[in-house]
Amino acid sequence: MFRFMSVSTLALMASVTAAAAQTEVHWWHAMGGENGAKLEEIVAGYNASQQDFVVIPTFKGTYPETMTAAIAAFRAGEQPAIVQVFEVGTGTMMAAQGATYPVYQLMADMGEPFDPAAFLPAVVGYYTDTEGNMLSMPFNSSTPILYYNKDVFEKAGLDRETPPKTWEEMEQFSRQIVDSGAAPCGFTTAWISWIQTENLSAWHNQPIGTLENGFGGPAAELSFNGPVQVRHWENLARWQEDRLFQYGGPGGGDDAPPKFYSQECAIYFNSSAGRAGVVANATDFEVGYGMLPYYSDVEGAPQNSIIGGATLWVLQGKDEDVYSGVADFFTYLSSPEVQADWSQFSGYLPITQAAYDLSKEQGFYEANPGTELSIQQITLNEPTENSKGLRFGNYVQVRDIIDEEFQALLAGDKDAQGALDAVVERGNAMLRDFEATSGN
Amino acid sequence: MKRTVFGGHLLPWLLLAPQLLVTIVFFLWPAGQAVRQSFLREDAFGLSTSFVGLANYRALFRSDEYLNSLQVTVVFSVSVAVLSMGVSLFLAAAANRVVRTGRVYTTLLVWPYAVAPAVAGIMWWFIFNPTIGILPYLLDGLGYDWNHSLRPTDAMILVVIAASWKQISYNFLFFLAGLQAIPASLNEAAAIDGAGPFKRFRTITFPLLAPTTFFLLVVNIVYTMFDTFGIIHATTEGGPNQATNILIYKVYEDGFLQLDLGSSAAQSVILMAIVITMTMIQFRWIERRVEY
Repeated sequence: MFRFMSVSTLALMASVTAAAAQTEVHWWHAMGGENGAKLEEIVAGYNASQQDFVVIPTFKGTYPETMTAAIAAFRAGEQPAIVQVFEVGTGTMMAAQGATYPVYQLMADMGEPFDPAAFLPAVVGYYTDTEGNMLSMPFNSSTPILYYNKDVFEKAGLDRETPPKTWEEMEQFSRQIVDSGAAPCGFTTAWISWIQTENLSAWHNQPIGTLENGFGGPAAELSFNGPVQVRHWENLARWQEDRLFQYGGPGGGDDAPPKFYSQECAIYFNSSAGRAGVVANATDFEVGYGMLPYYSDVEGAPQNSIIGGATLWVLQGKDEDVYSGVADFFTYLSSPEVQADWSQFSGYLPITQAAYDLSKEQGFYEANPGTELSIQQITLNEPTENSKGLRFGNYVQVRDIIDEEFQALLAGDKDAQGALDAVVERGNAMLRDFEATSGN
Repeated sequence: MKRTVFGGHLLPWLLLAPQLLVTIVFFLWPAGQAVRQSFLREDAFGLSTSFVGLANYRALFRSDEYLNSLQVTVVFSVSVAVLSMGVSLFLAAAANRVVRTGRVYTTLLVWPYAVAPAVAGIMWWFIFNPTIGILPYLLDGLGYDWNHSLRPTDAMILVVIAASWKQISYNFLFFLAGLQAIPASLNEAAAIDGAGPFKRFRTITFPLLAPTTFFLLVVNIVYTMFDTFGIIHATTEGGPNQATNILIYKVYEDGFLQLDLGSSAAQSVILMAIVITMTMIQFRWIERRVEY
């Protein structure tokens, strides 16, 4: 008995030392649900593929929660090596020189082969500095698309294969759906800020800020209150009153998906990465896909849509062997096989040309109609300075302001012009705050 | 009472040390940090810091959002205090009259107190959810289109109900104890003199309950100002358009979500001042005027 115990103790000690020899790389992420499970699977694949490092993913909640958790942890000296930050946090992370470890520099320092030209320009453009250096590693980038319920379309007497192309058609289709009783609501949307304001602007080639939407420097000012944006918000408020449109809530619009899944609303806007959720939940009806609608009388529309989603930022203050693990993991993560698998499963854009080509080769886009829409949409036209994205500091807060003013609009407290003027005024105060705190 | 006199200075300090240490580490030190931080302006990561004097405080009192939050807090606290104390006084008076099953009712009424605020919040969020909730469905049948994600009044009603529901149990226990402490002979004598139940309640029971009522008033206001964070977070998150953004939630939002630590610290200092003032009012005036 005693001998048996000592042998097993030895075995235990041996296994502990084996585990200790592996360098731990902590990764805080914001992927819940189906995509979260897939992420864990990718990490498990990496951990099984080599002996030196072990990546430990931790789900930290929503995007804002993950970002603030990482910042708070950094202040306390407990930061993870990798943190997933959503696109609107980019301005804040970029300004935090000394807290972040730019990816191009990390790859060079660790001697990891790295070719920035392999990445899709529409994706990395959002995350490079003015000299063209990649600051963070793109992981999950998406763009908003339109989902619709083919069965309800047919019931309403519409063609089940034709989604609305313009906002004029959108109104007409929705009215027909509601009036015919096919569904109580025409459309709903996630992300009033990202989809119905920022992407709407890019799609119609309208600026949302000065200095190339903030790419030109922190002195930029917001300009959300242009004619197209005002017209669209006015329409949304009117459509809500006519019950053609239902509000899905602030931020990501948590109430929007159930409205679509339960067939209450026939059309629904969300990220192309919402596809996994749609496929899993829309079990009682057939789903169709479409590009974002545009106002047909606006010159230059449709332009191209912009991305959302997140990139992986590396934080300072870790040992060198942790960083070599990060570099190794990033190479694995951006390999065509992993990327193609991830993007096919989740609906996120393939971030490299090789991954895109691989998916094409595998016949994925042909077998799954609608999945290629997102790539076609972001590459529809050569991006202009109004449609390559946005870069403002404190933009997480500006997004909250957009939501609040939109609520004021729907509640009837303000008209569209007043609400968007308030977004600009309050948002500019945030931008000036950021300029003041990051400038000294 | 027998007084113990300690010989030296060392022993009393040693005996007090654990409590003092807890107070210093968990109260004085963080409070001091908050005061210090409230005079600073700092970026999110803490990489650059500058002293700005009272600028954070000045900015607060010039900000419409902060003044709105103050107003929202007053409406919220008063509503919750009145609703939860009113309902629990009624329930306590009822339970006090029941002779045989009083204990069963008491136990049942105390249950909600064991529910964590976040859980209570989620529960009410489900009941009131405009898309999947049962209550909006029923209200729709009555012709009322409930939507707390858009209508400020609906949102306020929701958080007031959720916060009061939790507090009713606590108030109920104190009111019941207060009622049972009132000698039955007083009520019986008044009844013999011809006073009806309402008159007896107004002239005998209610004045004798005054100490309990004032104690509960302070406790309830402190509760709504500080302990309702979980309820707000789980239901409205301060929305729509800041209609339920009470002071404590704004401290969290500005500090932890927006990472504006200077302003957030200044807000906590103001909150601290409010609580100190309220406690002083409680001790200085109210306790003296209440008849025991």
